[in-house]
Amino acid sequence: MENSGLFSLVPLIVFLPVLGLLTNIIFGQKLNEKAIGIIASTASGLVFVVSLLLGYGLLASGGHEQLVPLADWIQIGNLSIPWQFRVDTLSVTMMLVVSGVGTLIHIYAIGYMHEDVRFKNDTKRYARFFVFMNLFIAMMMILVSGDSYLMLFVGWEGVGLCSFLLIGFWYEMDTLARPSWANSNAAKKAFIANRIGDFGFLLAAFTMFWYFGSLQFGEVFASAEAIAASQPGVIMAITLFMLIGVTGKSAQIPLFVWLPDAMAGPTPVSALIHAATMVTAGVYLVARSWSLFNLVPEAQYIVALVGAFTALFSATIAVGQYDIKKVLAYSTISQLGFMVAAVGMGAYVAGMFHLVVHAFFKALLFLSAGSVILGMERGHHHLPHHASGDGHSEEVFDPGDMRNMGGLRKQMPVTFWVYMIGALALAGIFPFAGFWSKDEILLDAARNHTLIYILLALAAFLTAFYMGRQIWMVFFGKARHEAADHAEESPKVITVPLMVLAGLSILGGALNLPYLENLGHWLEHSIEAVVEHGAEIQGYLAISWGGLNPVVALISTLVALVAIFLSWLLYGRRTLAKGEDDPLRKLLGPIYKVFENKYWVDEIYNAVFVNRFVDLAGFLAEKVDWDFWHDWLHDSVIARFFRWFTKFLANPIDLGIIDAISNGLANITQRSSNALRKVQNGFVRSYALSVLMGMVLILGYLLLK
Amino acid sequence: MEGTIPLTYYIIISAILFSMGALGVLIRRNALIIFMSIELMLNGANLAFVAFARNYHVITGQIFVFFVMTVAAAEVAVGLALIVAIFRSKNSIDVDQMSSLKG
Amino acid sequence: MDSMLIFFIVLALAAVASAVGLLVSRSAVYAALYLVINFASVAVFYLMLGAPFIALVQITVYAGAIMVLFLFVIMLLGAEKLPKGGSLPWQRPLAIGLSAVLFFEAGYLLLQKVQSSAVLLQPEAQINTMDAIRELGINLFSIYLLPFEVTSILLLVAMVGAIILTKQEKGAKE
Repeated sequence: MENSGLFSLVPLIVFLPVLGLLTNIIFGQKLNEKAIGIIASTASGLVFVVSLLLGYGLLASGGHEQLVPLADWIQIGNLSIPWQFRVDTLSVTMMLVVSGVGTLIHIYAIGYMHEDVRFKNDTKRYARFFVFMNLFIAMMMILVSGDSYLMLFVGWEGVGLCSFLLIGFWYEMDTLARPSWANSNAAKKAFIANRIGDFGFLLAAFTMFWYFGSLQFGEVFASAEAIAASQPGVIMAITLFMLIGVTGKSAQIPLFVWLPDAMAGPTPVSALIHAATMVTAGVYLVARSWSLFNLVPEAQYIVALVGAFTALFSATIAVGQYDIKKVLAYSTISQLGFMVAAVGMGAYVAGMFHLVVHAFFKALLFLSAGSVILGMERGHHHLPHHASGDGHSEEVFDPGDMRNMGGLRKQMPVTFWVYMIGALALAGIFPFAGFWSKDEILLDAARNHTLIYILLALAAFLTAFYMGRQIWMVFFGKARHEAADHAEESPKVITVPLMVLAGLSILGGALNLPYLENLGHWLEHSIEAVVEHGAEIQGYLAISWGGLNPVVALISTLVALVAIFLSWLLYGRRTLAKGEDDPLRKLLGPIYKVFENKYWVDEIYNAVFVNRFVDLAGFLAEKVDWDFWHDWLHDSVIARFFRWFTKFLANPIDLGIIDAISNGLANITQRSSNALRKVQNGFVRSYALSVLMGMVLILGYLLLK
Repeated sequence: MEGTIPLTYYIIISAILFSMGALGVLIRRNALIIFMSIELMLNGANLAFVAFARNYHVITGQIFVFFVMTVAAAEVAVGLALIVAIFRSKNSIDVDQMSSLKG
Repeated sequence: MDSMLIFFIVLALAAVASAVGLLVSRSAVYAALYLVINFASVAVFYLMLGAPFIALVQITVYAGAIMVLFLFVIMLLGAEKLPKGGSLPWQRPLAIGLSAVLFFEAGYLLLQKVQSSAVLLQPEAQINTMDAIRELGINLFSIYLLPFEVTSILLLVAMVGAIILTKQEKGAKE
């Protein structure tokens, strides 16, 4: 009984953030910043508490899924789509990650936004940020807790919206606070790219509804095998359409282009939405639909390929970036590629494991990068020739440009250490969290899909390389700009969440250590992993120390260490001096240029798709709407007719008929009065005559009666 | 004597006198002659009265004539006084001259 | 032919002729005199109809007083002949027509009443002069007393009215 009581708490995960955002909307302008931040963080924190309770409830009841209906949403004839919550181990895992990391980021954002609104001179916008953050939490909760693809889609769309709102938070400026369309364009780009992915998702949903007759998870998964047997190709179509949605939301090839631009939003946004939570929605979708994907191995392979290619592709781009957040953005795309490849190969547990730990250390890295940026800004503001506060009139200073940084480990020690921890975790160095999760994925790839293994291994190499490059460039050597010389450490409200996340990055591996496989057992209740082709695995690949293969683990560790050594050779041994260019350019030559310009993807997309659309829109607006519809149709046809009609009404009808009537009446009156006036001629005799006439007439009447 | 003149004759005479008097009122322009024509009309009416009184053997007709004559006398007195007064202002007894009320 | 009838016709002619004379005479004096003749013939008619009192009253009042008054005024105002040609050219024909119609109508109406009693009765009782006068007097002072008295007031009013109408305003003209 207490279990069912606990599960009935699940609607709170949506309604608590909604309550938080409503409070901040209504009272936001009257509260002080601390209060706003506390309200938002408390809402998010309470969601985490509820998730913990739900998890406890699941543990206590044996891990079976619980369905908690809330309300009837759509009732049309026989079709009934209720709003029902699904509490099972997979959704609770997502809930915990989102709310846990989300709460830490909310707390961080209290301090970060406090400084950011002052740098951008708009303190009134503080409340709006937390409204949007809470809205995001609510939408993400709807996404992960829904019991049907339709509820998932509601959340899917909602987080897309929040992404738009938050990327374009400083909508009237660009990242360097100059008036510009840049931020709002980045927000639009994110929304539109997501929309294309949503289109794929909708196609999948429509197909599913057409053939399955329902969108509820339970019903769909129950009848999946039957449909696959009777109508081959349907499941393939559904899963491939879903893949389009995944490439949109989780930033894979070809729809990843929005994520680097999304760095225009404030850093907490980058951390929460574009590292830890929203982008993992695609991975969650595939994991949730495991029973569908398991029926179509060909589609699974395509998913895995897409993920692996994306991982390598974006890792190469990350090597050539010099904005601290852009490196991390491409790194996110790359790691998402890892996750997508994992779930594509059927290793759902590995994929979810990587999702969870990636949330920890990527959020940590982004938040630390934010701390670095704030430190640079503080240093810049303290420079002597800016003491008068006249702003950045001489030069435009980009606090995120790594070429301006250097030697920051002395000014910002805490940030330095947590950043190191995050980088090592990302690179997959033992015993940090990333090692365990990445290793599982690589193992599965090595055992079943060699091509994917090669791609992922290369990506892992590059990952370690560019993280090393970043650490050497930012924290070591001498400052390449005076702002870096004067950088200051961030306040506790920022550094404490960083330290918590660092701890999680260190210990996160404990979630699914070999032999223990806690997460694996936990998720087993919801996901049935692909049975490994045990018979075909031979040799060293077959060794399994409770799930860990020492050969693969060793190889991946070596690869990472070599990469870090190479990065030290290039950037650490002799750190970059002021104004000096990246030594990779000399090494790789034109290839470096390709990396730096991100393979010109945006330019190609613009030329091929975007400008065509703009041309079409221009044509429709100018020619069709203005020239034809407004000018010709309205003026020539409608206005002319109207003018003719009014003239017609005015002249012949109004003047001719109506005036004639009224004037005519007056005329008649005048003429008859003129005529009748003559009767009174003043002569008595004529009056007497008329008297006699009257008498005669009366007498005649009497006679004749 | 035998008064065997039928009533009809008297009536005819009365009608003739009356209509002649009416004609005179309308035709003549002299105010006095108009007045005299009125007296003629009255006479015609009186004649009819008396004739009928004789016919029905009642005296009421004669009494009526009595009164008519009295009133006629009074009327003549006042009427002539009016004509004299008008003559004073207009210096003419032509009724056509008194048309200042024309509209 | 009855002598009475001849007498009657002569008288009738006299009456009608004098009426015509009144209508057409240019001079007011002549017209007044014609009217006197008319009154006289009508008085004889009254006699023939057995109303001696009325006949004499006719002579006395009408011919004697009223016409004399008329003649006085004619003399006073100057009986000049009015110029010919009136302002209303259509008046004369229309008036003649209407009077003709009136004559026929009136005659017809009155004659309708005559049908009920065909012929006069023997006039002995009515020819008696004294009886007629007595009857007149009795009726006048009994049944028709009120009109009698009112008539006297009327005469008084007429007298006063005549005086006032012809009174000249004080100092208006002398």
